Amino acid sequence: MANVTLRNVRKTYPGGFEAIKGVDVDVGDGQFCVLVGPSGCGKSTLLRMVAGLETVTGGEIDIGGKIVNQVEPADRDIAMVFQNYALYPHMSVYNNMAYGLRNRGMKEDEIKSRVEEAARVLELSPMLERKPRQLSGGQRQRVAMGRAIVRQPKVFLFDEPLSNLDAKLRIAMRVEIRKLQRRLNTTSIYVTHDQLEAMTLADILVVMNGGQVEQVGNPLAIYEKPATTFVASFIGAPPMNLMSARADEIKSQLGGSAGEAGIVGIRPEDFVITADSPAGGVTLPLTVEAIERVGAETFVYGARAHDEQRVAATPGELPPGEIIVRIPGTAAPAIGEKIRVAAVREKLHLFSGDGRKRIEA
Amino acid sequence: MQKQAIFQTKLLPYALVAPQLAIVLIFFYWPALQAVIQSFLLQDAFGLSTSFVWFENYVDLFKDGAYFEAIVRTFFFSFAIAVSSLSFALLLAVMADKPLRGSMLYRTLLIWPYAVAPPVVGVLWIFMLHPSLGVLSRYLRDMGVDWNPLLNGNQAASLIILAAAWKQISYNFLFFLAGLQSIPKSVLEAAAIDGARPMRRFWTVTFPLLSPTIFFLLVVNIVYAFFDTFGIIDTMTRGGPGKSTETLVYKVYTEGLLGGNLGSSAAQSVILMIMVVALTAIQFRFVERKVTY
Repeated sequence: MANVTLRNVRKTYPGGFEAIKGVDVDVGDGQFCVLVGPSGCGKSTLLRMVAGLETVTGGEIDIGGKIVNQVEPADRDIAMVFQNYALYPHMSVYNNMAYGLRNRGMKEDEIKSRVEEAARVLELSPMLERKPRQLSGGQRQRVAMGRAIVRQPKVFLFDEPLSNLDAKLRIAMRVEIRKLQRRLNTTSIYVTHDQLEAMTLADILVVMNGGQVEQVGNPLAIYEKPATTFVASFIGAPPMNLMSARADEIKSQLGGSAGEAGIVGIRPEDFVITADSPAGGVTLPLTVEAIERVGAETFVYGARAHDEQRVAATPGELPPGEIIVRIPGTAAPAIGEKIRVAAVREKLHLFSGDGRKRIEA
Repeated sequence: MQKQAIFQTKLLPYALVAPQLAIVLIFFYWPALQAVIQSFLLQDAFGLSTSFVWFENYVDLFKDGAYFEAIVRTFFFSFAIAVSSLSFALLLAVMADKPLRGSMLYRTLLIWPYAVAPPVVGVLWIFMLHPSLGVLSRYLRDMGVDWNPLLNGNQAASLIILAAAWKQISYNFLFFLAGLQSIPKSVLEAAAIDGARPMRRFWTVTFPLLSPTIFFLLVVNIVYAFFDTFGIIDTMTRGGPGKSTETLVYKVYTEGLLGGNLGSSAAQSVILMIMVVALTAIQFRFVERKVTY
């Protein structure tokens, strides 16, 4: 049991490339922290620094009240689940799980009881004598989990552990991991690029981009009040619609309330197709270009009447002037139809012109 | 996707494999057959008459104490050469596997000795360790070692083992380096997190994962020590002093070519051939089964 605190952690490679540009995160005891961001944002590097597999070139990493910058991975009392599972191919499932305990000089009967308990929890009991190559992807993943839990470490580290599984198994394992972590109450740090995984698992969500933390907080708080346009478009699927607040069409509707806002964002689910124009809100006339029906809901892709300029956002960016509207059910307008969509004042997100700052109206 | 080529005529596929078949037949099966036939024949001392003697050449060999000594010596040489060159090559490969500056340069340099022909290796080591010409011999004598491999059989044997092992290190190094680089980095990282120190990590993870490579190289090295050391022995000691460095292959050469006892020499060749076939068979059996993890 321990908390993990990162204080102004930096990583600069010998070539001068700055992978991590000063990260501050505080993960409380027993909390589940998820690092999320697009590939190359430094989230895996940061996790490997916590594990001790990458050197720290600046700042401090504190596990359970002890600064571990110079401590060997073996002595940090952590366990890690790798993306490719990194099982020992020449050892049986039993020995894979027992290896870390034997290295620490634990007695064989204690090892046996711990491994068998972990195998029971993870439903691996019938395959303890098998070699990793005789297991399916999901079973290997569970062995990797088992190897972590038998150690009863202070901290679990997960490096995209579900990305090699198929979609159905991924959802099942996601729930399993969360249940297991709740039951063991072990502090965990989990890296993923999947915002859905991040939202569902996290107690604390850390959104990263370009080696920096964009926003830290409760997942729903981040969803409701994204701090930057990057977070706004990265968290939530489909991404938030971002529009220039300076275009005449929107400026006139917002009136004075927009203040110095340069960008206005509206989530697809906050639009309704309506003939009314809510006061202080935003109403847009759209031409329907595409429809996606997924059963419980339907996504309507519409083009705005006026050509729109590109605003600052990177992931999942829509072409300028395109708007996604999410409506419940399957009833949707026809392609080519002209519709009006509106969002009320409370559902608008206002950002500075460069997208780096949220503005509360 | 279609994997098998379909030929229009029946003759073309045979024509395509004919050159390879011709090479194998002329340069392997023909001489091998000659050796087998020769091993059943006995010639008189002047080579004037030849008689068919069935297995007499073989029976004589196994009655001969000197032949058994040569077998034991050859196995000892092979074992010593294989173990020393394998362990030293593994050590070098583990060092070279670390991400250091200029690694390409020293990796390349370590591979060079493989390009040196065995007789040249012999000459190189003679220059260093010849009792009267050798550079290192002087230092050995200065240190009080009575160094004279021309007279001392044990010293001659260690000289052969040293030179033969040295030459084979490059080849082993190359395979070990490739083997080490094929071990996933994350597995070693997992072991590090699992509390295994570098030495323990090497013996419990790296070494077992290298075992197919090690076994393959062991067989290759033994075959090398059996046959390819001929050039080294011939330039360095010519089997002497006494018979202290005479291996099976060298015995075939001295008795057949120098001694003119073609029948016995052929019988020895056939025995050697059987040994190599057996070694290769073991290798194929094991590489596909036990040693793979």
